[in-house]
Amino acid sequence: MVAQTDTYLGPMVQATNVHKSFGRVEVLKGIDLTLRKGEVMCLLGQSGSGKSTFLRCINHLERIDAGRIRVAGELIGYARQRGGLREMHESEVSAQRLDIGMVFQHFNLFPHMTALQNVMEAPVGVRREPKAEVRERAVGLLTKVGLADKQGAYPRQLSGGQQQRVAIARALAMRPRLMLFDEPTSALDPELVSDVLDVMRDLAASGMTMMVVTHEIGFAREVADRVVFMDGGVIIEQGTPAEVLDNPQHKRTQGFLAKVLA
Amino acid sequence: MRSVPVQAPGGLADEDTLDLPVRPARHPGRWLGLAVVAVLAAMLVNTLLTNPRFEWDVVAQYFTSESIILGVRRTIDLTVITMLIAVLLGIVLAVLRLSPNPILSGASWLFIWFFRGTPLLVQLLVWYNLAALYPDLSLGIPFGPEFVQLEVNVLITGYAAAVLGLSLNESAYMAEIVRAGILSVDQGQTEAAQALGMSRLRTMRRVVLPQAMRVIIPPLGNDTINMLKMTSLVSVIAVPELLFASQTIYSRTFQTIPLLLVACIWYLIVVSLLSVGQYYIERRFARGATRNLPLTPFQKVKKFFGWGQRGITTTEVKE
Repeated sequence: MVAQTDTYLGPMVQATNVHKSFGRVEVLKGIDLTLRKGEVMCLLGQSGSGKSTFLRCINHLERIDAGRIRVAGELIGYARQRGGLREMHESEVSAQRLDIGMVFQHFNLFPHMTALQNVMEAPVGVRREPKAEVRERAVGLLTKVGLADKQGAYPRQLSGGQQQRVAIARALAMRPRLMLFDEPTSALDPELVSDVLDVMRDLAASGMTMMVVTHEIGFAREVADRVVFMDGGVIIEQGTPAEVLDNPQHKRTQGFLAKVLA
Repeated sequence: MRSVPVQAPGGLADEDTLDLPVRPARHPGRWLGLAVVAVLAAMLVNTLLTNPRFEWDVVAQYFTSESIILGVRRTIDLTVITMLIAVLLGIVLAVLRLSPNPILSGASWLFIWFFRGTPLLVQLLVWYNLAALYPDLSLGIPFGPEFVQLEVNVLITGYAAAVLGLSLNESAYMAEIVRAGILSVDQGQTEAAQALGMSRLRTMRRVVLPQAMRVIIPPLGNDTINMLKMTSLVSVIAVPELLFASQTIYSRTFQTIPLLLVACIWYLIVVSLLSVGQYYIERRFARGATRNLPLTPFQKVKKFFGWGQRGITTTEVKE
């Protein structure tokens, strides 16, 4: 959807031995994962398996306790200093997030701004791009997600599916190299899910690199290049949709799929 | 298959009641209450008009006198300046209080603890007598050379002491109001802003505070009205606001009650104007938060008495 002239060709996300605990509960117990440029990956697993937490670590909404995460080759949250690493300042982390778009389960649109203002806020306010240019792009994005006529609507006047599509447009307006989706359809009424999935399908077809935490097995089967199954804070199985979804090797995966597809 | 008709009271089936007119509910209690209130109001008006010691002619004589009008203006001045400082300082204190840095949040806590924990009147007197504690104030490097020296007696006039005392005290309360407002905004809003690369400050200014305003405005309006009346306390440090202006006159003429009435009426007028302003500011910040704006007071009165509401008839339902 957003043509990105990106000369970087290495892995978009590279996670090495990522650990994360909340208090005494260890949520991620050593995640190793590589997401190639242009790849669409779906993370599956029961709630509590750590998939959302891992996604939030990638743009440093959660600080990791051990391991390394690189996005487009750049170490997230840490900078090299005198032969070692130091934790980044808030402002450095913010700069790293500019290239990473994120879509949340509960949309998190800014309720006091119209749909158009939501989409324009960060490119104008953070990237300091000219307003007229951003407006044109924002209108284009809202049109692409099928909401050309809702520019002036406030989030509360929109349905869940419409809000989520505005949220996708808002993330895309920053021209990210990577899009993270955290259960984007889990809070939607069943009949609204397909509108959002259609937008995501188009985005995948346009070559965007995407990591999607989801329970939509059908979407994963159809769109994902790779499916990763997590359980208890570790990756227990990964491969093409055909391998993982149709011929799961691990008992946990089989059990999960049996429940979800039942 | 036809369903069995539901029996309405009186043995009529629902289908048979469709043509009956429906009257709105009656509220006889409201009219009784109105009668009681009307009698009490009549008694009040009676005593106001017939008790000669109210001296309404004196009230009228001084109501728009120069010193009273100057007093009103000073009262409004003080309220506006104090609240402006208090809101700004309150926001800073609230943000510091919520900072992850324990030194900053601790300092903010200490400030609020002190200024909320001591009486306003005492604080005003301390500021007014600051010269007794620090005769001179100087600007320079801490523990080093001094560049400018000022005499506190000259610097801290009654008015300056009033502004300092009122605004520092109020800012402690404002800080708690703002903090409650900030905490009322969903955590997801901050996360979404951060994910878009916004700085902490920008997130606060563009995303969190505008939403917090909805929670902040009602107590802020309340505090502004309260502040307007609290300014009367500074009459003890000889700032010529409304109460002090009235006192100055009655200490000369001994017409105590009429002049206190003058002050009361002016306070009521200004408070009423503030209430109207607050109401419309609240409507402004309800934008995006409710689908329908709240009723205006006039609409509420109409609704209370059921004026302009038609009884619902079932004629539309009929085929």
